[in-house]
Amino acid sequence: MPRSALTGSRIRDRRTAKGLKQADLAREVGISPSYLNLIEHNRRRIGGKLLIDLSRALEVEASQLTEGAEAALLSRMRQAAADAPKVVTESDRADEFAGRFPGWAGLVAVQHDRIAQLERTVETLTDRLTHDPFLSTSLYDVVSSVTSIRSTSSILAGEEELDAEWQGRFLQNLDNDSRRLAESSQALVAYLDGVGDAQGGATSPQEELEGYLLRNGFTLNALEDGTATPAELVVDAALDSEPAQILALAYFERYAKDARRLPLKGFIAQYAVTPDPATLAQIYQADIAMILRRIATLPEDDPEQRIGLVTCDASGTLTFRKESPGFSIPKFGAACPLWTLYQALICPNTPIQTVVEQASRTAPLFRCYAIAQPLQPASFTAPTVIEATMLILPLEGPHQMAPMEMAQPVGSSCRICPRDECAARREPSILADGF
Amino acid sequence: MGKHVLLIEDEPNIIEAIRFILSRDGWSVDTHSDGANAIERVQSMKPDLIILDVMLPNKSGYDILRDLRDDALTAKLPVLMLTARGQTKDRELAERLGVNEFITKPFSNSDILASVRALAGAG
Repeated sequence: MPRSALTGSRIRDRRTAKGLKQADLAREVGISPSYLNLIEHNRRRIGGKLLIDLSRALEVEASQLTEGAEAALLSRMRQAAADAPKVVTESDRADEFAGRFPGWAGLVAVQHDRIAQLERTVETLTDRLTHDPFLSTSLYDVVSSVTSIRSTSSILAGEEELDAEWQGRFLQNLDNDSRRLAESSQALVAYLDGVGDAQGGATSPQEELEGYLLRNGFTLNALEDGTATPAELVVDAALDSEPAQILALAYFERYAKDARRLPLKGFIAQYAVTPDPATLAQIYQADIAMILRRIATLPEDDPEQRIGLVTCDASGTLTFRKESPGFSIPKFGAACPLWTLYQALICPNTPIQTVVEQASRTAPLFRCYAIAQPLQPASFTAPTVIEATMLILPLEGPHQMAPMEMAQPVGSSCRICPRDECAARREPSILADGF
Repeated sequence: MGKHVLLIEDEPNIIEAIRFILSRDGWSVDTHSDGANAIERVQSMKPDLIILDVMLPNKSGYDILRDLRDDALTAKLPVLMLTARGQTKDRELAERLGVNEFITKPFSNSDILASVRALAGAG
């Protein structure tokens, strides 16, 4: 039923909302109650003067009676229906529903928006709580300290007399454990405060380093122009934890090496002419992973178009994350096995590029370039240590899709990926199951 | 009494407390803190009973228990397991692997003592 055909329903809803009797409204606009009844049941189409008289009497714009619910409301309702494919909705009557019950329709739309917002929060929190090594370690520390304190204090409070040496040792242990418990508890509280804020602060050494890089736009001028050594920059970065400082030193040393090999100014100019990483590798006679890292450190003009980068080791564990807006990267735990990163991992030394479509409401597209390379020279006496690197480019400019090129659907991680039929799925999605 | 317990645990102050409790009760207590070579330690010490923590460096208590049960010489050795995780699935895993007793941290000293006495009597 077209929206204009529901004008009568809207007139009736508006009249009842205003507490007017049908006969009173009919009298006011100069028609019979029976004719108004036919109009209100959509059995007579109206327009012209009568429509204007009715809208004036009902104190609404005539267009609100003829157009009905806003297109945006209908769009949100249809999106709500699309997000719940297992529920059969009368999609061809959405307009009628919105027209007759605008309040309820608005509620459906608001609830849908709220669910989407909560899903995003759940994604973040579940990701952290399920896979967070910091939380696991902190809780283990708390339990261990409490165990020791309980056992030791029971001994001290026991009936038997302890000799002075044992008593001194146990008191010392109590003191140590209570200090440790205080530190663990404080760390846990700080962490949980961060969880409350879905954008929370750094909770792992890796996040601490990544936070520093984010604040500095991922381009480290002191290393680019050689005005600071990696060690000096670590001091300057003032990272809180020692593990983060160790990670930062390794990152800065590699960054400085890349910067010396591919000086920024020339690289920016060359990238503008030759955006293909493989061609750049040939021009510079550099390995492709270094080219990918260098592209990811180019100064950015627009944070919304930020170039992303991830690396992983042979176990698939993500060892570095630089997000590109819209490309969701799990903070903890394993990522989507369909990522180009992992396709590269199973074919070492083979450059792979793919256009991928992330599973989200906006289904953003990215061009990903990846390669897996050994970190050390080959050896007969030690296992090969390999690292895969993936560059994530927003699909624009020179990285646009070519004609006939297909996008590979991917996700972030299985627990928060809604794709139903995925051969690579490890576990059910909390989103698809409606948690 | 006078039996020999091997305590495999990596928290020094917990080790000291358990060692004290059991020693006072007449037990001979040896300790070991690393999961990696715990099995070799059991084989060399030949204890009457093992108290085994789950979270150990290099090798988990579950893996050590599995290895103990796979070896005919230690398959029946009484094992009391300590864990910070008291979830049903952890208890079930320990039972499947053949644990004799399972105690969740934080424990009371009397629980430890009672369990060790009971296991020694059963063993």
